[in-house]
Amino acid sequence: MIRLENIERTYVMGADTIYALRSVSLSIAPNEYVAVMGPSGSGKSTLMNVIGCLDSPTAGDYWLNGHHVSSMNDRQLARARNRDIGFVFQTFNLLARMTALHNVEVPLIYSGMKRRVRQARARHALETVGLADRMLHRPSEMSGGQRQRVAIARALVTEPSILLADEPTGNLDSITGAEIMKLFDKLYDAGNTIIIVTHEKAVAEHAKRVIRLIDGAVTSDGSPGASR
Amino acid sequence: MLFGETLVIAVQSIRGNLFRASLTTLGIVIGVAAVITMVALGTGARAAIDEQMEALGGDILSINSSSWFSRGVARQTNTLTTADARALAIDGRHLGGVVPEINGRQQVKYGNRNLNVTIIGTTPNYPEVHHFNLAAGRMFTEADDSARRRVAVLGSEIPGMLDADAASLLGRTLQIRSISFEVIGILGSKGSWGWRNPDDDIWVPLSTAQFRVTGNDLVETISARVRDGATIEQAMLDIERILRREHGLLPGTDNDFAIFNRKQFLDSRQEATEVFTYLLAGIAGVSLVVGGIGIMNIMLVTVTERTREIGIRKAMGATRGNILLQFLVEAMMLCLFGGGLGLAVGAAAAYFLAEFAGWQTQISSASVITAFTFSAAVGLIFGMWPAKRAAGLDPIDALRYE
Ligand SMILES: Nc1ncnc2c1ncn2[C@@H]1O[C@H](COP(=O)(O)OP(=O)(O)O)[C@@H](O)[C@H]1O
Ligand SMILES: [Mg+2]
Repeated sequence: MIRLENIERTYVMGADTIYALRSVSLSIAPNEYVAVMGPSGSGKSTLMNVIGCLDSPTAGDYWLNGHHVSSMNDRQLARARNRDIGFVFQTFNLLARMTALHNVEVPLIYSGMKRRVRQARARHALETVGLADRMLHRPSEMSGGQRQRVAIARALVTEPSILLADEPTGNLDSITGAEIMKLFDKLYDAGNTIIIVTHEKAVAEHAKRVIRLIDGAVTSDGSPGASR
Repeated sequence: MLFGETLVIAVQSIRGNLFRASLTTLGIVIGVAAVITMVALGTGARAAIDEQMEALGGDILSINSSSWFSRGVARQTNTLTTADARALAIDGRHLGGVVPEINGRQQVKYGNRNLNVTIIGTTPNYPEVHHFNLAAGRMFTEADDSARRRVAVLGSEIPGMLDADAASLLGRTLQIRSISFEVIGILGSKGSWGWRNPDDDIWVPLSTAQFRVTGNDLVETISARVRDGATIEQAMLDIERILRREHGLLPGTDNDFAIFNRKQFLDSRQEATEVFTYLLAGIAGVSLVVGGIGIMNIMLVTVTERTREIGIRKAMGATRGNILLQFLVEAMMLCLFGGGLGLAVGAAAAYFLAEFAGWQTQISSASVITAFTFSAAVGLIFGMWPAKRAAGLDPIDALRYE
C-alpha cells in the first residue's frame, strides 16, 4: 500500500546540500505495525512527512494505494491527506481556540461531511480514545496525554488507511506515553496500519517491524529483536 | 456546506480579535460613511432643484426690460407694456400663455392687523401659467380686470398672518395702501424656493394696480409659457421678433429687454451640483481605498499569526482553495461589517445635516447598494493578496512556523 523507490530529499543551504533522505526504498503492506528509529537528525521526520504527503521528495517515486503521489496536484494531495492518511504529531498541533470536538471535526469538514454525521463521528472517535467527558474542553484545558488523545482521535476519524505518528510520546511522561502506546496497540489489533517514529526502545518494541535510519539512509529493516 | 463552515470560522476569528477588527474596519467605516453622506447631500440638492423646476415650471421664459444697463447708469425705465404682452399673446405662435405683472411691497391692513407683503398686479391666467391651484373662492376675471375692480386673491399663508380663518376671509374687505379690496379667492400652497415665498403674496388685477398705483401701462415682467411641442429656442425667437417690432427697434440695435430662461439656469445649476457630488464622493472613495489598505495590512498580520493553523488545516486535507476562501471571506466580512457601520454613520450624518444645518439630504437605495458593493469589492481586492499568501504556504513550513 506504500511503496517508496529511491526517495531523496535534499535541502540546499547556501553552497551546501543537506541530504535528509538518501535513496530510500521500502514498501509497507496493510495492517503492518512499523517503528522508524534512528538518532536525531537522521531523517525520520522527513520520511514521515513524505509518506504523509506533507513534503515532496526532490527525487524518486512514491506510490500510495496504487496512486503516484509524486505527480499529484494540490487538490489530489489534499484529498490523500484527508482520506488516506491520519497524522499524529509530536507537538499535537491542535487548533488552540477550538474545542476537542471541533478539532476532531476538522478533517471531516474538509471531506465535505454534513454537520450532524460529522459530529456523531467525532464524538465516537473521542470515545474510542477515552475522552468522552472532555469533548468541549479546549487544548489549553487539557493535559499533554489528553491532547495527544485528541490528536489521535482526529487522525482516526476519517478512517484512513494509514496512521502516521511522529514521536507521539516524545512530549509525554513515560506513564502517559505507555498509555498512548496501548492505544496504538489497540488500533493495530483493530486492523489499522501504523507507522510510528520513535527513539525509545520501549516504544519500538510494540511494533512488529523496525526500520533504522542513519544520515538519511535505511541501515536495517526487520523484526524488533534483530540486532543493530 | 464548506462555505457555511468558512463563515463560522471567519466569525470566530473576528470575534477572537474584536477590538483589533473594529480598529481595522474604522477606515472602511469612515470611507463608506463619507460616500453615503456626500451622495445623500448631492441627491438632496438635485431633488431640491428638481422641486424648484417643478414649482417654477421649467418651460417658462421671463422677460424683463434691460434698459437699466444703459451707459452704466441704473435707470428705472421700464420698456415693457401691457400692449407688449397683448402682442405676444396674439402673435406668439410658440407661446402658450403670456402673463404680465407688476409688483411691489405694500402695507396691508385687516382689522387691527398690519402686514407688509408683495402685491402682484397681473392677469387672470396667472395661476394657470404658474401652476397655482385655487384653494377657495375664485380668481379674478377679464371683466374684473377691465373694470379695474378692487378685488384681491390671497396667497395661502396670508390668512394665517392675518389671524383669520381662510373661509371667513372670503367676501371680507381689506385695505391695501388704504384702498379697500374685496377678498375673492385664496390660492393653494406652493412652498417657498430659495429667496422667494409666493405663499405670502397677494394678487390683484393688473389694470386695477396700474390705475391705482403706477398710473401708466408699463409692466415689470412678462412671463411666457412655451407651447407644448415647441422648443424653448422657437419661443425665444418669437418673443424677440414680436418685441423688437412692438418697440420699433432698428436692425443692428440691441434689445431693450432681456429674456431669462429658467430651465437653462436650473439645468446649469443641476450640472454643477452633479459635478460637485461626484467630486466629493470621489474624494470620499479615496478614503475607502485607504481603508482597504488597512484591511490588507491586518489580514497579512492575521495570516502570519495563523501560519500554524493554516499548516494544520492543510495537513488535515484543506486545499489551497479552502484556505483562500477562508481568508477572503474573513476580509470581506470585515469590510461588510465596516460598510454596514459606515452606512449607519453616514445615514446619521445625513440626518443631522438635514435636521440641524437645514441641508436637504436624501439616501437612495442605490447609494446603499453601492456602499455594500464597494466595501465587498474592497474586501475582495485587498483581501486577495493575503489570502493568496496563506493558500500558497507549504504545509510543512507552516507547521514548523513558531
Ligand atoms: N527545513 C529544513 N531546512 C534545512 N534542513 C532541514 C530542514 N528540515 C530538516 N532538515 C535537515 O534534514 C535532516 C533530517 O531532519 P529530520 O527529518 O527532522 O530528522 P529527525 O526527525 O530524524 O530528527 C537534518 O539534518 C535536518 O537538519
Ligand atoms: Mg523528528
